Amino acid sequence: MLNITEKETIHTDICIIGAGPVGLFAVFEAGLLKMRCHLIDTLPQIGGQLSEIYPKKPIYDIPGYPAVLAQELVDNLARQIEPFEPSFTLGERVESLERLEDASFRLQTSEGKEVFCKVVVIAGGLGCFEPRKPVIDGLETYEGKGINYIIKNPEQYRGKRLVLAGGGDSALDWTLYLAELAEEVTLVHRGSAFRGAPDSASKVMALADQKKINLKLNANVTAILGNGRLNACTIEDKAKNTETIAVDYFIPLFGLSPKLGPIADWNLNLDKNAVAVNTEDYSTNISGIYAIGDINTYPGKLKLILCGFHEAALMSHSAYRIVSGGKKPSFKYTTVNGAPSF
Amino acid sequence: MEEGLITIYVEDASGARQSIEIPTDIQLSLMEVLKASEYPIQATCGGMALCATCHVEVLEGNEKYKEATEPELEMLDTLPEVMLTSRLACQMAVQEDMDGLVVRILASEDGGYGY
Repeated sequence: MLNITEKETIHTDICIIGAGPVGLFAVFEAGLLKMRCHLIDTLPQIGGQLSEIYPKKPIYDIPGYPAVLAQELVDNLARQIEPFEPSFTLGERVESLERLEDASFRLQTSEGKEVFCKVVVIAGGLGCFEPRKPVIDGLETYEGKGINYIIKNPEQYRGKRLVLAGGGDSALDWTLYLAELAEEVTLVHRGSAFRGAPDSASKVMALADQKKINLKLNANVTAILGNGRLNACTIEDKAKNTETIAVDYFIPLFGLSPKLGPIADWNLNLDKNAVAVNTEDYSTNISGIYAIGDINTYPGKLKLILCGFHEAALMSHSAYRIVSGGKKPSFKYTTVNGAPSF
Repeated sequence: MEEGLITIYVEDASGARQSIEIPTDIQLSLMEVLKASEYPIQATCGGMALCATCHVEVLEGNEKYKEATEPELEMLDTLPEVMLTSRLACQMAVQEDMDGLVVRILASEDGGYGY
């Protein structure tokens, strides 16, 4: 079981930004040196792009696995690091990083949680996955005031009137789920049919036939209205017929797309949206901050999971000197000391 | 057309077109060619038609080139906006009938890049 903490303040040795395969494995390498880790990820689950984008794709270049499904690799990594008791903050983005007087760091998440740590490891892959937004005037004005892009707490929508937009699996799945909870669900899709999971698509069509949801095909949400809070959406079809309906929430579900995010403002040396590192230990230009995996760059860089694993090992040995106050790590094989744990 | 060599064009926001010459035996997708030519394409998923960060609009030559695949259409379906001739460049293998193709990179408009 993952230790997903709701604590407002976390104290740890290493804070790892990004819970993809490389961030997860860094917990193991740090754990071998008795360092504790906290991980933060913008996605609501661990695994990064492996879980978010291609969970069912086989990966063929993980040493020792002729083939492994992406999600299976994530599950195995989670098991492998369990003895080192990592804690997680999921579904939140690191907004700010501050260096304290004793050279340690204070990080703050989008929900205001604080993490105090001696070392920061950026394992952010391609950046934070952020929702793709439709182009509608005034959209930003109502974000969090009736417009949500990610459904975190479905209970919030009980008894409410919702407009969902999108044609992919998440739009279909959430329509089915919320149809049970909400007072009224309208699904707006730009296309004339759904290509997503056929089972979900046929269930959505059936709900529409039974008038349990309103289905608007070949249509887009073109305007939003409100007064401090969203209260209506205008839906336009291909023939330019418009209709404005009263709603409590508008939920555009157009998938996620990676952005570098606030990391760009931390005075790190960047090279084309990647963090430049020293290949001796994958440290950045700021002492105490490391970058490993797809987010870093150096001469000869290959964006491979296996390279990220290697980077995690070297990073941990270097980070140990900071965490331990200058001690040299002792290098031990796991075969010598048996199953590692704290 | 020179034997074994095709030319494609990338149109920018101002309508200007830049040509790229590609050997037909290169065994790359259009996404990989665009990336190698330093166009700002992220290709998060690396070419599995799973992220749509290589979204392009084919302005000319679409009828000559093969149609979008089912997984590609499925992915395009999740985007807020697409054009009639929207494609994912990662699903477009470089081959002879791509000669003369004109594309516009749309990925930025999807928030696919452009931090």
